[in-house]
This record gives sequence, structure tokens and C-alpha cells, in this order.
Amino acid sequence: MIIQGDEPEQIRLLRKLYPKGNYFMQGDEAIAYGAIFAGCRFYAGYPITPASEIAETMAKELPKVKGYYIQMEDEIGSIAAIIGASWTGLKSMTATSGPGFSLMQENLGYAIMTETPIVVVDVQRSGPSTGQATKGAQGDFFQARWGTHGDHPIVAISPISVEDSFWETIRAFNISEKLRIPVILLADGIIGHTREQIRIPDPEEVEIVYRKLPKNEEEAKYPFGDVDGSLIPPMPLFGRGYFTHVTGSTHKETGLRDVYTPEVHIKLVNRLHKKIEKHEKEIEKWEEYFTDDMEILVVSWGVSARPSLGAVLKAREEGIKVGLFIPKTVHPFPGKKVKELAKKVRAIIVPEMNLGQLILEVQRYVNDDVILKGVNKIGGVPLTVEEILREIRGV
Amino acid sequence: MAKEIYTKYKMARYLRKEALPTALCPGCGGGTVLNAFANAVDQLKIDPRDLVVVSGIGCSAWIASPYFLADTLHTTHGRAIAFATGVKVGLPDKKVVVISGDGDLAGIGGNHLIHAARRNIDITVILVNNFIYGMTGGQVAPTTPFGAKTTTTPYRNIEHPLNIAEVVAEAGASYVARWTTAHVYQLIESIKRALQVKGFSLVEVISQCPVQYGRRNKMKEPAEMLRWFLKNSIPISKAKSMSKEELEGKFVIGEFVNRQRPEFTEELNNLIEEVAEHFGLGDEDAD
Repeated sequence: MIIQGDEPEQIRLLRKLYPKGNYFMQGDEAIAYGAIFAGCRFYAGYPITPASEIAETMAKELPKVKGYYIQMEDEIGSIAAIIGASWTGLKSMTATSGPGFSLMQENLGYAIMTETPIVVVDVQRSGPSTGQATKGAQGDFFQARWGTHGDHPIVAISPISVEDSFWETIRAFNISEKLRIPVILLADGIIGHTREQIRIPDPEEVEIVYRKLPKNEEEAKYPFGDVDGSLIPPMPLFGRGYFTHVTGSTHKETGLRDVYTPEVHIKLVNRLHKKIEKHEKEIEKWEEYFTDDMEILVVSWGVSARPSLGAVLKAREEGIKVGLFIPKTVHPFPGKKVKELAKKVRAIIVPEMNLGQLILEVQRYVNDDVILKGVNKIGGVPLTVEEILREIRGV
Repeated sequence: MAKEIYTKYKMARYLRKEALPTALCPGCGGGTVLNAFANAVDQLKIDPRDLVVVSGIGCSAWIASPYFLADTLHTTHGRAIAFATGVKVGLPDKKVVVISGDGDLAGIGGNHLIHAARRNIDITVILVNNFIYGMTGGQVAPTTPFGAKTTTTPYRNIEHPLNIAEVVAEAGASYVARWTTAHVYQLIESIKRALQVKGFSLVEVISQCPVQYGRRNKMKEPAEMLRWFLKNSIPISKAKSMSKEELEGKFVIGEFVNRQRPEFTEELNNLIEEVAEHFGLGDEDAD
């Protein structure tokens, strides 16, 4: 089992297997390697296009680093298995696409309620339903946010390139471990299947975060209690003799179920929200280009961010004062930053591969006097620089 | 075996006292199953620290989670075995036990049940079959006998019940047995054997639900249901020479299979060692 303390052996293995340098690979593969560098040693999944290469890479690579791969009978079983494995101390991940992500939603809620660190990758494809199964899209923005039921916080990260997929997967694991929450990597089929050059670092260049464990028996008695004021309870792992009880039902700080006392539910669910709010600054991440003197702002995410940057660069050549904002953490949405930027501009353009999802989130932070316009494209073909540039010129 | 009469429940030391009293109805077979499980653990001298008990949703899911004092994982409806699969891979040296009901494990969770048996992962499943969805109010289950009345088959059940033990045995489990709550001592022995088998093991326990099943099927008293079990139980050795028609409505009890097959977590760890050897990843070349 690979837990904290095994680093020297792991660094030796990683150096030997994946010497630092330039590699040519797909986004899906970069996600798998990112997970391995982050310390992921348990993967359970079910094949689905365009996420299958993540499973295939994990099946091939995990045994080399003493990690476990298991192909489950369905997506529901896959997320269930990684939650179970996480309670034994293994950093765990599953990957799927839209339909499989839908099946995982109930247990995603379970992971939120039980504060189980896991990483769930959704390599978005075109929908609804089977849609264009082999084509990329960005239609799961809100499924990631509100797919499971009840009031809950969520963290979702969206990479913009193959190399970014490697690093953002590591960041997803680190946030998940630090805050004891499931983190969603909202990737997409286009980057997932695109091959690019990426630089694999030396393992010592990679910052690895491990979940907090109870310091003593006393702390272990409160697997869901705010024992140190951080709002993040230490996680008493199974098999350590703590007799921990874990349930998806509303529970007291001891873990025992109590669905009858309103205060217990209110306190628990509010703490789940507050621990994310408190650490929002560490979770939020974005890229900004030319926002100092801009009159127009482009806000774009994931696969649409690069043609957006291309369009912004071309518009700048034409003398149009346009800036670009790319949220890398899409949930919680960096609304305060967008609000601040929105005050400087007369128009905001939101390119994305759907009929308008991120734009609704942006809209919440923009005054009515700002022109807000989406550049939306569905059908499985990515946005082009020209399509976005046309909109920039038009506003 | 000498039968002891207790004045105090000796097995209480295995229970999570702060979770008591149980939520089970008077006359429920769940208490018998919990008792049998605690006795099996006690007789095998298993340290509860070496046990992880996983369950799904419903009355039977409560039997050991939260009541049994071990690490307990109370999961979503039907998914206990899938959660347990992850736990077992992470803790291959611990005993991972799933205790849940027929609706949970064979209805919504039927797919996980047969695939865990096929995979032959070393998990012990105690499946409490009371023919009904008890906690949700007595609806028809995949195990409800043909013709029986439930809240969703108010006229009669027109579906045929699933023969769980046979299906799981066929799917590839290492050990499968079936008893009723009227066969407590045999049940304890089977749970002990299941806990010791390397591989997937299933003990199906036919159990009484006087409140939701018995009441609607002319067996209001728990004792009436136990008498029904005893009257209709056929040992598997005898059942082999009986026709399908003769076995209709009977409970075949005993051991269905007890065999050795390669076990999943062991194979998984062997594979890791083979891969390390193949790629020359051992410690010897650390420098």
C-alpha cells in the first residue's frame, strides 16, 4: 500500500519509469500520469469514450508503481469502490464521460457527505444521452455543480491543454486530500484525444499533499468533528482500530446517524460549505491576459480557452483592447475576480462548446450595462480563432 | 454443541452501545443474524479491529452497521459490495464483511453481487432474505414468492423469485450456503466457514419479517414464520433427488459450494510483483 512515508521508494520508481523530459502524449494519458505523480494508487473504472485511455494507461502503469487497477461492472460500482479504497488510505480516482458521470452522481453526494477524498474525471462528450459519443463538448458544467442532490459544495477543475491536464490532475488530488472532499476534473474529449508535447518533471518538483490523520485516539473519536478549528476533520482510516462508523445519512461528529435533530443536519451541512468557503483562495485558480487596459473581456474555459487566446492575440494585433480570463477552477467560480474585471469593460464574450452554461455563472457578476454575449458551438467541432474573433470585432 | 443459556447477552461486548437499542421491529430476524455473526466472530476469536463491515440501505443493512463495533461503512442503496471491493483491495489482510438485505444486494445491487462472485474477491456477504422491502413499507422484492401479497402486489405477486444462492454459486463464488433464522447453530457454522474461506463467500439467511411480510401473508406472529421455515426447509442433499415441482415453495438449505479458486486481491498483488520483476523495478537496483 502506498501511503505517506513511501516517498523515497516512489520517487525512485517514478524517476526510473518516467525520466524527466519531453513526452508526446494525449490529454487522457497526461491525466493518468498526473494522477500517478500525485500519488494515486487505486483506480476503478468502466470503459467509456472518450475517457477510456485514462483507464488503459492506469491499467498499464499502476502495477509498476505498486498501485491497483480494477475494472468494475459499471460506473456506480467504480465510484463506490474508490470511496471504499479511500477509507483505507489509498489516493483514488475514477474517470468517465457524461453518461457515466450521471450514474456516479448519487455516490458523488455520498463522498461529499462522508468527506471522502477522491478524484472523479469527467472527460466531457457531446450529449444529451448518447449524443455524439466520440465528440468533445463542454456541456457538463452544471452537471458537475448540481448533478448530485441536496445542498452541497463542489470543487471542479478544468484543464486547457495536455500539459495542463497533467498539472491540474495533481492539483485536483492535492485539494481533495487537503480538504477531504471529492474533486472533479472537468476535462473534455478534444484535449483528451489531442496529442501534444508535455514536459514530465522530476518527481521532487511535484508538491504532494496528504490528508490529515488523527493524532490520537481522542481525535479519531470525531471523524466528522472540527477538532482543530480548521473545519476539516482528520480522517481515521479503516483498519487502524478506531471502530469508525461512516454513513451518508446525517451524522453527528462521532459518525453516528442522527436524522431527527435539525441542528445536527444544519451544523454538518453548513460546515461542509464553510470549509470550502474558508479555503476558497487556495482553491481558486485562473489565467489572465491583457486585462490592464481592456475594454472588452473574453471569459472562456477548458478546450475553448486556447482558441479564445488566439482570438485575443489577433484582436490585439488589430488594435482592439481585449483581455482574457480563464477560470481553471470552474467551481467554486471565481466570481469576485470576474466582478472586479467586469467593472472595467463595456462588453464580455463567453466562448464555450455548449449552448450557454458558463455564461450564466458570469452573468451573476456583471452589471446590466455591460454587453454579455456567448459564442456557442455544438456538434463536436471545437471553436476556431476566427469564430471568436468575429464576435470580438462585432461588439 | 452444548447450548448455553445466557442471563446477560454475552455478545454485547461486540456491539456499539451508544447506537442501541436497535431500530429493528420486535420479532425481526435481524437480531438473530446479528447474534449469529457476533457468535461466529467470537468463536473464531477474530479481533473486531481486523473487521470492516459494509452495508447498503434498508432494515438488514442496519444489522451490523452501526450496531457491530468494528469499522463500519453504511453506503448507498445496493452498492455495499462495490464499496467493499475498494476496502478489500486497500486492506487485503482484513476481513471485509457485507451484511445487507435481499432488495439491496440482489435487487438494485444484483449486478455487483454476481460480478464480485465472478471476480472471487475475498469478501463475506451475509444476505438477509426476508422476501420484502421492509423499511420502505413492504413492497415486492426480487425474492418475494410467486403469489404472495405485498403493498405493491396487493392482488398477488405475478413475478418469480430469484434463487440467490444458486445464482451466486453459478457466478463463481468460493463458498455459498443458505439457512433460515430457525437454523441458528448451522448458520453460525456457515458464517464461520465463510469468514475463513479465501474468496467470495455468501451466506443467505432466510429471515422473518412479521410486520411487512408475515402480516400480509397469514403469518402475523414471528413464531408462525419460523414454523413455516422449518416445515418447508429441505436439506440440499435431499433436494438433489427432488423435481422442480416438488421443490416449489420450499427452502433448500445447506452448503451449495465450497471450493478453491484464485482470489482477486491475491492475484492483484501477485500481478504487481510480476510486473516489478518484468520491468526490473525491484529494490536491489535502488542505487
